[in-house]
Amino acid sequence: MTMPFYVSPEQLMKDRADFARKGIARGRSVVVLGYDRGIAFVADNPSRALHKVSEIYDRIAFAAVGKYNEFENLRVAGVRYADLRGYSYDRRDVTARGLANAYAQTLGTVFTQESKPYEVEIVVAQVGETADEDQIYRLTYDGSVADEQGFIAMGGTGEHITTGLKERWRPGMNLGDALALAVELLGQDPSGGPSRALTVNQIEVAVLDRARPRRTFRRLAGPLLDALLSSENPTKDVPADDDAAPGRHDTLTGDTAPSGDSAGGGPPEPDPS
Amino acid sequence: MNLGFGGAGRLPAAFMTTGSSSFTEFISAHSPELLPSGRALPVGHTIEAPHGTTIVALTYQGGVVMAGDRRATMGNLIANRDMDKVFAADEYSAVGIAGTAGLAIEVVKLFQVELEHYEKIEGTLLSVEGKANRLASMIRANLAMAMQGLSVVPMFAGFDLDAMAGRIFSYDVTGGCYEEHDHHSVGSGSLFARGAMKKLWRPGMDSAAATRVAVEALYDAADDDSATGGPDLGRRIWPTLAVVDASGLRFLDDDALAAVVELIVADRRGNPGGAR
Repeated sequence: MTMPFYVSPEQLMKDRADFARKGIARGRSVVVLGYDRGIAFVADNPSRALHKVSEIYDRIAFAAVGKYNEFENLRVAGVRYADLRGYSYDRRDVTARGLANAYAQTLGTVFTQESKPYEVEIVVAQVGETADEDQIYRLTYDGSVADEQGFIAMGGTGEHITTGLKERWRPGMNLGDALALAVELLGQDPSGGPSRALTVNQIEVAVLDRARPRRTFRRLAGPLLDALLSSENPTKDVPADDDAAPGRHDTLTGDTAPSGDSAGGGPPEPDPS
Repeated sequence: MNLGFGGAGRLPAAFMTTGSSSFTEFISAHSPELLPSGRALPVGHTIEAPHGTTIVALTYQGGVVMAGDRRATMGNLIANRDMDKVFAADEYSAVGIAGTAGLAIEVVKLFQVELEHYEKIEGTLLSVEGKANRLASMIRANLAMAMQGLSVVPMFAGFDLDAMAGRIFSYDVTGGCYEEHDHHSVGSGSLFARGAMKKLWRPGMDSAAATRVAVEALYDAADDDSATGGPDLGRRIWPTLAVVDASGLRFLDDDALAAVVELIVADRRGNPGGAR
């Protein structure tokens, strides 16, 4: 008969924390940073379908690093939490703080009670009426919550990026500069090797735009993202109007030409893309 | 009500269940008392509650228009003069309601959350048929209450992004969902509105012409049905009118509606039936 070895609680928690940290550090990084008219999310993520940044509610978004199946599960739980709360009270009563608390409890319970902790680190961000009212919460694998000011970098080279942001991020930066900074830092190699120049196809970018009514979350792609990242181009913020192409209006690509006769007439030309 | 909020512990299992993108399925597992149909009524009693009345919808070249009058009645009384009975279900569809107003508004609210919830979880829009079928299942769940006099009869109009055309779906109290062509109307004044639209609707109309036909059909419904509210020039209460086309849904504002209504009222002076 085998005798179970005694493992001290300290050792047990340390082992679990090390396990989770290793899993998170293997992934690519995500940067969340405030800009003058909202909050921007930049993820080193070449996939168009498996998102690391998503909408939770009108003014709340979610970003995550780590194991996809685990943070996707948390994202869906967050959407359910927010929609249930908005349905039973009012849309204004859904807050990032409430959601961060619910996530913290969940992550904390999983960390201590399940056979394996979640290998995830997540950010819940809420854009306020002014930059002072923006809220960015970082939640780690053990359920601890931190209310961060201005910016967060997590996963992979997160620590290196945080150092860079501490030096160069300023409150009230415009979106173009904020995105260029995030993309530059994401491409740097912390061990001093050559930097990667990330193209728009290798990153996932989204914003919570303070100025939009109701649902403020928009993904950025295509020519608009190119223009924002280019230092020569004068485009420094997202357009006030959504794309004109018929379909889901959650992505801004810069195509805002009016779709023909708005008073009726024939159907607009099919999208050339 | 177990909302799973606050510091009581981790999110309940229903939040973490995988596989479903439906908000209705989620709340029927987690808090069924929040469903419009999630309440028991005493058998053998009927209650009187405000009723919404007439909704019309018609397609035009490149979209669909839905309009509703503003009156809610309770028996022979007017319960509300400025109730909105046409709602945006999502960016590309509108839903109008006739029947027990309180219950119907709750169904619409759930339907709106259902569509947005699907959109956020799946990252894509439901097809027009998918939306129409989701609404049908909500009406079906309400059958027990319909049998006690609390029926909800919606009408659904959406823009089909595949066919690039407006489409209309009607329902019965058992949850049957039927696609209607060209135009349709539900509610107490619907007989008269349908008659009007039969004579006024033309293929290939533009949105301005369709708007006029919708308002005129409601005018005719109010002319003959006491439960349908006509345009109230004194209080400046106009019908609710939503236009859905390739660029999405928009409600016509009061000034635009006032112009349409005043034109119709002027045309009908001395010609009350609108003969032409």
